[in-house]
Amino acid sequence: MDQQPIISFKNVNKIYNNGTVGLKDINFDIPRGEFLVVVGLSGAGKSTLLRTINRMHEISSGEITIENEPISDYKGQSLRLLRRKIGMIFQDFNLIKRSTVQRNVLSGRVSYYPTWKSVLNLFSAADKDRAIHALERVNLTEKLYTRADELSGGQQQRVAIARTLMQDPKVILADEPVASLDPLTTQTVMDILKRLNQEDGITVIVNLHSVALARQYADRIVGLRAGAVVYDKAIADVTEADLTKIYQTA
Amino acid sequence: MTTPEIPQRSWSQRWHVKAVGWTALLVALLMGSSKMTGVDVGMFFSNFDQFTNLLVRMSQPAWSYVPIIIQPLYETIQMAILGTTIGTVFAVPFAVLAASNLVHNRWLRGIIRLILDLVRTLPDLLLAAIFVAIFGIGSTAGVITLAIFSFGMISKLFYEVIETIDMGPLEAMESVGASKVTIIWYAVLPQIMNQFVSYFLYTLEINVRASTVLGYLGAGGIGVFLQRSLSEFDYNKTAVIILATLVVVMVIDGVSNHLRRVLL
Repeated sequence: MDQQPIISFKNVNKIYNNGTVGLKDINFDIPRGEFLVVVGLSGAGKSTLLRTINRMHEISSGEITIENEPISDYKGQSLRLLRRKIGMIFQDFNLIKRSTVQRNVLSGRVSYYPTWKSVLNLFSAADKDRAIHALERVNLTEKLYTRADELSGGQQQRVAIARTLMQDPKVILADEPVASLDPLTTQTVMDILKRLNQEDGITVIVNLHSVALARQYADRIVGLRAGAVVYDKAIADVTEADLTKIYQTA
Repeated sequence: MTTPEIPQRSWSQRWHVKAVGWTALLVALLMGSSKMTGVDVGMFFSNFDQFTNLLVRMSQPAWSYVPIIIQPLYETIQMAILGTTIGTVFAVPFAVLAASNLVHNRWLRGIIRLILDLVRTLPDLLLAAIFVAIFGIGSTAGVITLAIFSFGMISKLFYEVIETIDMGPLEAMESVGASKVTIIWYAVLPQIMNQFVSYFLYTLEINVRASTVLGYLGAGGIGVFLQRSLSEFDYNKTAVIILATLVVVMVIDGVSNHLRRVLL
């Protein structure tokens, strides 16, 4: 890819207050439109790495740039605008369980409204329409008025993806999006992410446990161990032996 | 089949040393404090006949008294509803600011909690006495007393509820780029609504009972009538007042149960 990277890590370190090393000298670029899978053992720093991109976690040193803008000085409104263009999907879906699917999906749009409007539920007709189209992308329009906790795990994750689409994101971060799902719904959710990547050109970064899934969906695989990048190859160059090595304890 | 090897429990685990120790300590402390404060439990039983005597005198409620107390009872309920509502309106922002999972600034939280502790320390009877002195005899003093009392109680109950919520939806709303108020509105409120309603109604119930006592100080409502009947040793009327209050409390309890089921 010849264009500018959308995200770039430069000498990024993260040390927790208790001295634990979270991330160690991370250096790599993510080109626009890439489907990147991050693999590694539990505690290798995958979640931390992902959350530094939307500043849900702070870094200790180094710099992350998104579209050539350093993000570490953002706060208040500028931080919210940064987060608006970066969607996030979680292992436990993190829907508001007592609310309807519609409200959950619309909640992805609140950063386009002043606080008083989102509190009073004053979404425009265009955005209500947008919510229906977002649900259409994940094949769940018929659940518009269902309460979120009445859905299955896979359906909840699809609602979460629809919520993210409401942000109109340039990047989607997915933190173990299929770890709580069965194999069949896993394929559905991963297929949706892949489609958003290919059809909408959204850059997707996914943390995964499963090496098989990583090989099936990724354009590129990055391996983490003890907070450091120990592996970084395009999918064409990835071999089975490489991946087993990432999962060996040091 | 061989039995799998089971790890050995330590001696103190086997004989529940901790549980037994704590129980013994607790009993000792209870006995010690009753001795020091001079509480004579025996007296409760030896003077029991006084109690039954009172019950006998209350056992024939003067039903003709009912029409007379309807109006003040109505006033009591109105006072309780007003006081609880005003208190709750002020309690919600304080509860949010006092919740450790929403406000990470320890100083702000500490100051808010100090204020809440202070409010809860003031006895309601003292408050009533002060406000009767300020606003004169009548229900205004009662309503303000109940509002402050409810504020102290509800804010504590509410922030403890807020601290038990699932933080996942908050993280999601934060990642969406929502403002603090929006996050609370979308991710916190739906999780706590039904407990809020049930605590609100519980406080309302307490306030109905409290306002009977506040009437003693001239703060309006049925309390005035309760005090009158007691000082005239008219226990048949007292019984009617107690039964009427019981009906109100039961109704609130029923509403509370129903709403909690609906809101679940």
